[in-house]
Amino acid sequence: MIVNKISDLESIKNKTLEMTKLDSVKKTARITVHMGTCGIASGAKDVLNSLKNKLKDEHIKNIEIKTTGCIGICSKEPLITVERFGEEPIIYEYVNVEKLNEIYDSHIKKGNVIAKYALARGKEVELEERVDNNGHIESQKIVDSSIKGIEEIPFFRKQKRIVMRNRGAIDPYKITDYISRDGYMAAYKAVTELDSQKIIEEVLDSGLRGRGGAGFPTGLKWKFASKADSKEKYIICNADEGDPGAFMDRSVLESDPHSIIEGMIIAAKAVGATKGFIYCRAEYPLAVEILNKALSQARAYGILGKNIFDSNFDLDIEVYEGAGAFVCGEETALIHSIEGKRGNPRLKIPYPAQKGVFSKPTVINNVETLANISPIILNGSDWFRQIGSEKSKGTKVFSITGDINNVGCVEIPIGTSIKTVLDDIADGTQQGSTIKAVQLGGPSGGCLPANYFDTQLDYEPLQELGVIMGSGGMIAINDKKSAVDIARFFMNFCADESCGKCLPGREGTRQMLNILNKICDGKGNKEDVAKLEDLAQVVKKTALCGLGKTAPNPILSTLKYFKNEYEEAVKE
Amino acid sequence: MNNSSSIVLSENQWYEIDKIIKDTGNDQHRLIPMLEKIQNYLGYIPVCVQEKISKKTGIPEAEIYGVVSFYSYFTMEPRARHRVQVCLGTACYVKGGKEIADRIKTLYNVEAGQSTTDGRFTYEEARCFGTCGLAPVIVVDGEVYGKVKVEDIEQILGQYK
Repeated sequence: MIVNKISDLESIKNKTLEMTKLDSVKKTARITVHMGTCGIASGAKDVLNSLKNKLKDEHIKNIEIKTTGCIGICSKEPLITVERFGEEPIIYEYVNVEKLNEIYDSHIKKGNVIAKYALARGKEVELEERVDNNGHIESQKIVDSSIKGIEEIPFFRKQKRIVMRNRGAIDPYKITDYISRDGYMAAYKAVTELDSQKIIEEVLDSGLRGRGGAGFPTGLKWKFASKADSKEKYIICNADEGDPGAFMDRSVLESDPHSIIEGMIIAAKAVGATKGFIYCRAEYPLAVEILNKALSQARAYGILGKNIFDSNFDLDIEVYEGAGAFVCGEETALIHSIEGKRGNPRLKIPYPAQKGVFSKPTVINNVETLANISPIILNGSDWFRQIGSEKSKGTKVFSITGDINNVGCVEIPIGTSIKTVLDDIADGTQQGSTIKAVQLGGPSGGCLPANYFDTQLDYEPLQELGVIMGSGGMIAINDKKSAVDIARFFMNFCADESCGKCLPGREGTRQMLNILNKICDGKGNKEDVAKLEDLAQVVKKTALCGLGKTAPNPILSTLKYFKNEYEEAVKE
Repeated sequence: MNNSSSIVLSENQWYEIDKIIKDTGNDQHRLIPMLEKIQNYLGYIPVCVQEKISKKTGIPEAEIYGVVSFYSYFTMEPRARHRVQVCLGTACYVKGGKEIADRIKTLYNVEAGQSTTDGRFTYEEARCFGTCGLAPVIVVDGEVYGKVKVEDIEQILGQYK
């Protein structure tokens, strides 16, 4: 069907909601298998297939199987959610085929929950409602109160979901699931009711800053592009998530692709673009597949293409697969790459907003930035401004990994302390070790020691300490690891990924790596440390693009906070 | 690097490559997706194929070579029967990815980007698969193995003959 009017969206929404309802006869239960790349890698596919076979063998028609993306807590996967009519949903962790069989026989068939395999009672999308009602939803019977409610678990309770509003709740392959959660309502509003200026104002007022790392106000970027004089303009989603240790974009793309498409429609309307690209890493094959499917569904519903919502507004979007070069995350390099060239960056004047892909005005926004757009249009900038810190509004998604118990993707209000994330959400580290530092912002970021863990996760406070928020990679490092070795790891990455265009990027990174190798191999001396510091400062000041300019950050931050480890390593 | 003259592609392979080039068209902007398709089909992009693309599309050979050599996704080396990738993203590194990489290199006498002489494994060091929850991770022919221990390596790779 073609969606032309708001009533079309509403009718799809209502129909979908009606269809997902459980009852006592036709659809008595639903089992949701959570299948992000992470879940699949831990065995979710086996669980899903075995479940499908079971229902088929037993000729069961009244139990529905559903799949969604990751629900954030990757380290406990495979995860499944079991819902029975009138009863509270139960999320099970570390599910394998044997456990599934037990859960099926006991819980699904007879209603006897297996508490020892359970992670939580309730669903994440119902968390706020559960908090308001003392951990209970009226229409749902509590089946086993010995299991913690989802609102009692800090991992879920301390998060605030805007970007990840639909995770675990929708099937990314179904546009109707997205519409049932008010999807495309904001795009409808933007395309049919608002003009370019009004959209830009709303986004400017919201205080949203680009989540790719630099924190530039999104509305301002759009304003520049909207003023550029050109018939042809482009909107690009930068999904080239190359930071090692970062996977929040993958998580969003895999669980909620339409939220990106909707953000792009609104951005395109604001700046006057008619063509869009999603530049996605080829290393994320599932994300590419899901995006392509989502785009063709949106086209089939008339939400992309010519004359969207009967408003004379045209936009089409295609996925452009990157070919594995970290530097292509940098705007100007990405532009060259889309043009089919080597991903070399260029000086950033003229800005892409004036002269971007194919020399036309281009807006490039990060995945997370775009996923924020429709809630802002739908709920208004005032609502968004209430979340976050004084200078930075909204939430930030972090992928938390390393030496912590709960590895996964988390979304927190900007301004939350590092400590809250590490101790509460990530549930600390394994016994017998302590976290001595966090590495933030990938190769462009830096290491922050434990005595700064009260610091707020926000652009400026982090920058003052010599680290950056970046795109949101957060890696906890315990006291058994060497900070010098971590610096070497990142320098190895940067030297390898340097495009070779400018001397500081090409040779500077190589020389810094040589010195670090020498120090790590126990062959370094005091002069080497001094030389390293000098070189780092020079590269930082003279490199052409963001990759080169920020490559020394891991060295400078470890020299600042872990100088003793360098001194120890060069002791005669 | 392989000398283009030493590589002989079958008639069928040339037919498929021609088809990919024709379907993609001669717009330079489509070059990277075209190369991706060819590599997915052939496993690598030898110089003779680059020459063919140039002839058919008019994009200079040097430019095609420049693109193939720039992006780490592309390779000009033929691949072995099995592709082994060790993730050396930060999370994997912190959790022992480097020890796993060293073990594979010693066990099979191979360096990153190379294939074993018996044509069994091509060994690669990969960036980040975004499955940091399972760190350290290795991927064999697209199959992900998570929380790998150094002592598991022989058993995992032993399944791939």
